[in-house]
Amino acid sequence: MSLNLLLQISPSGPASTLGTANPVSIAIFFLFVAVTLYITYWAAKKTKTGSEFYAAGRNISGFQNGLALAGDYMSAASFLGIAGMVATKGYDGLIYSIGFLVGWPLIMFLVAEPLRNLGKYTFADVVAFRLKQRPIRIAASVGSLLTISFYLIAQMVGAGSLIKTLFGLNYEIAVVVVGVVMTMYVLFGGMLATTWVQIIKAVLLLSGATILVLLALSKFNFSPSELFMSVKTQYGSDMLAPGGFITNPLDALSLGLALMLGTAGLPHILMRFYTVPDDKAARKSVFVATGFIGYFYILTFFIGFAALALVGKDAIISLDKGGNMAALLLAENTGGSAFLGFIASVAFATILAVVAGLTLSGASTISHDLYVHVIKKGVSDEKGEMKVAKRATIFLGILAVTLGLLFKGQNVAFMVGLAFSIAASANFPALLMSIIWKGFTTKGAVYCMVTGAVLSLVLIVISPTVWVDILGNAEAIFPLKNPTIVSMTSAFIVGIIVSLAKPEKEAADLFESEKLRTYLGHGSEK
Amino acid sequence: MDSAKTHEILQSAEFKKLVKTRWNISLSFTFVMLFVYIGFLLVIAYNKDFLKMPLGDSVNLAIVVGLGIIFFSWLITGLYVYWANNYYDSDVHEIKKKL
Repeated sequence: MSLNLLLQISPSGPASTLGTANPVSIAIFFLFVAVTLYITYWAAKKTKTGSEFYAAGRNISGFQNGLALAGDYMSAASFLGIAGMVATKGYDGLIYSIGFLVGWPLIMFLVAEPLRNLGKYTFADVVAFRLKQRPIRIAASVGSLLTISFYLIAQMVGAGSLIKTLFGLNYEIAVVVVGVVMTMYVLFGGMLATTWVQIIKAVLLLSGATILVLLALSKFNFSPSELFMSVKTQYGSDMLAPGGFITNPLDALSLGLALMLGTAGLPHILMRFYTVPDDKAARKSVFVATGFIGYFYILTFFIGFAALALVGKDAIISLDKGGNMAALLLAENTGGSAFLGFIASVAFATILAVVAGLTLSGASTISHDLYVHVIKKGVSDEKGEMKVAKRATIFLGILAVTLGLLFKGQNVAFMVGLAFSIAASANFPALLMSIIWKGFTTKGAVYCMVTGAVLSLVLIVISPTVWVDILGNAEAIFPLKNPTIVSMTSAFIVGIIVSLAKPEKEAADLFESEKLRTYLGHGSEK
Repeated sequence: MDSAKTHEILQSAEFKKLVKTRWNISLSFTFVMLFVYIGFLLVIAYNKDFLKMPLGDSVNLAIVVGLGIIFFSWLITGLYVYWANNYYDSDVHEIKKKL
């Protein structure tokens, strides 16, 4: 996947103040950090117990959680990356964003409510609900931590490069600042602080992008068709239609499945459903999130085309080959350097919020799934668990910074695709089957998750994405750019065959009695 | 709650109907969404020219269909919420009274 926040930047672009310290963006950024750290201080006082740390005491409203879900999902990669893709490749950028959006209705139909009713803090709670705890927790943690790590690397490397371009700040300093601030949110404020950081960021991003589109459209008499006309006259009508992005149908299908079903397997997204009081609020939050995320992708579509029409393709590409600076150049073009500063600081806030969400979810996996259910065999004192959760947060903060520094200048764009592929192949099939299929067994679930994770990893390495583009071999061993169609299908098949081969009676019996909880919410975590 | 009561509810026709209806709706909606999105990808892969069909001076079918899928996602998610709030929840409420 070329959702590249991989910035190959020439330090000073033509006629742009990008890359120099912009006083407005520095001021707004400091204001953002100050406000969010104050919220963290406030949240810290309310974050003592496990349910408060992992799930904000389950007191977040459906609407708030919807905004926070949107905040978790709208990364800088989608803001800058998709606008940039539209600005350089035209319509093809929209195909990507639609894939990211259509996963949300599926979360609604398949997982949101059962997840809220059955689980406690992580999605592994649901898979392990009627199966044997230890093997499931271990396998699910592998899937979760792999997904989180690859997503985190892509975000951190993107953050470093982006901040360097935006603020003229040194890459290493940028990575460390992001690591330290987000660790503070999670460490002290837990889910409550992280949720409010997501909400603030979502509101800033949505309003910033809306203003940007309005400013840009004002140059076209507020008529989208005049904007499209300008693109058509300057670059030809092919820019407004699907181009070279999808040529091989299997490749298209595989990528489509990864984007769509991977969303329903992202641990940091799934975790958010525990922050609301009940399944009804979970339902509402998906609806709100779908609304905002869809709106956001419509905005990026217009931002991309407006940048193409007003800034021009050459100017965009001269600054960054992937077009990642398109939104920022458009902001400068339409609103001057103060507005550029505003949009730049919003992009920075976006990265901070996303990595905080990822870190919290990783820490929960380590403390709740691995420490409590594997090491302590399900018996844990709350104090001990919180201690581990906090240590895991610090560990993940350090890991994020280290990985960000290690992968500096590397092509990590494929890692977002890999994270979605693992989520779709290792996490999603096991979660879905544990919810809907009575015959699903412990062994089946473990084999299913391991198959999905291993196949995703191995196939991506021998695919054109890594084998040819990164390792420089002439021809790929595996023909598809994204492995999901093979890895996810195999995970489902392996899970089904292994379960059928040796039924697990206790699991099947428990499936019946858990139905009161799944469908009525009877006995769900309050 | 005693297990006889639980058993009775689990075996009751209305509970079974609740679960069945829930998945009938969820799975049909899922297939519709998959069909729309995968269909879109396959049309792009096999017949790009069809999507280039102009609709007006500058807008073409591809733009309308692409943005249309976003609107459709809202619509179908909203429909599900409407159904769940108005029908599913009241059935759940009825069954819960017996607990």
